Amino acid sequence: MVNITVYGPGCAKCKETEKRVRHVLEQSGVEATVIHATDFAEMAKAGILMTPAVAVNGVVKSKGRVPSEDDIRSWLS
Amino acid sequence: MKLSLVWAFSAAGAVWWLVYHQLQPGASWLTSSVFRLDRKTHLGSAVEFFLFEVPKVLMLLMLVVFGVGIVRSFFTPARTRAMLAGRRESVGNVLAALLGVVTPFCSCSAVPLFIGFVTTGVPLGVTLSFLISAPMVNEVALVLLFGLFGWQVAAIYAGMGLAIAIVAGWTIGRLKLERFVEPWVYATQLGADSEHEDALSWGDRLSAGKEAVRDIVGRVWPFVLAGIAVGAGIHGYVPENFMASIMGKSAWWSVPLAVLIGVPMYSNAAGIIPVVQALLGKGAALGTVLAFMMSVIGLSLPETIILRKVLMPQLIAVFVGVVAIGILIVGYIFNLIM
Repeated sequence: MVNITVYGPGCAKCKETEKRVRHVLEQSGVEATVIHATDFAEMAKAGILMTPAVAVNGVVKSKGRVPSEDDIRSWLS
Repeated sequence: MKLSLVWAFSAAGAVWWLVYHQLQPGASWLTSSVFRLDRKTHLGSAVEFFLFEVPKVLMLLMLVVFGVGIVRSFFTPARTRAMLAGRRESVGNVLAALLGVVTPFCSCSAVPLFIGFVTTGVPLGVTLSFLISAPMVNEVALVLLFGLFGWQVAAIYAGMGLAIAIVAGWTIGRLKLERFVEPWVYATQLGADSEHEDALSWGDRLSAGKEAVRDIVGRVWPFVLAGIAVGAGIHGYVPENFMASIMGKSAWWSVPLAVLIGVPMYSNAAGIIPVVQALLGKGAALGTVLAFMMSVIGLSLPETIILRKVLMPQLIAVFVGVVAIGILIVGYIFNLIM
């Protein structure tokens, strides 16, 4: 089971990031839980300075940009 | 760097240069020969203005955003923070304002950045210098000012924007307002910056530039279009010197009024500058117009609402007040010397 966290205070880019993550999951059939974390203290704990950020199983994979679907796919394999 | 890549970018640059220099004749030709409009009429002059300014501004924007995208690949918020941590205040304020220009920033990241900075020993005033300069002195504003008014106005704007960020941040530092930061912020345990930073190749940096163009130009072009359309209307229809009595130098109250209207307004540089150009062309004073623009871009309601999560209302009031006073002074100085 994969745990994915999308960090972002609800800005347009953050929503787009979550949409892409969900789309990739649907296509690849990988089972995962997706959490959209909007709490700033939580972001600070993860060491995130820029949103949107994505963490897979607790490891931050990207921040400050909307990752491409290819990026997301490569984190899952 | 791969040679084919160098060739591709050189060729693109040459095409850009050739097209850019055909824009004015192209716009005149389209207006008079294709649309069959007399360029001296209201409609003709508005249409020609629009047909010339839209491609010009978009092309300048693409070029500069691409360049800035590459520059920014050298600066990350984590690196900026490392450079600012433990700095003495005055030096720190100057450095923070300068780094605010080159560090990638979007207003939705203002809060995580704020927490990340203050919890690792960057002084409050220095952090605020960064947060003032980052949105106000940005590449989109500078391109538009350069494209529409020339390099002098762009340089004045950049210099004054930096000065406001430095002085306002320093002043807030002197006031010792740390107690008005929400207490949980300083109690936050900041996690280690977990993303390993790979060394980027030149290919990566070029694609970062391309990505920036797609992202920023893709986002602001409707504002550019709308802004230039309004500008074209003013250019063609509003009589010369119409604005002189309302926004001219002699109207002392015009600067505070411009700031008062500008602060709650929210638009990005792309939307506001073409309007500003048209106002200026009709006799509005440069200082008044600059003050209006700085308060629209630099201070905004959405940003203060999001900053409320980490700052108490008293500190937000001081922040907005100090920056607004700075903008006011800049406006008056310009109306005096220009």
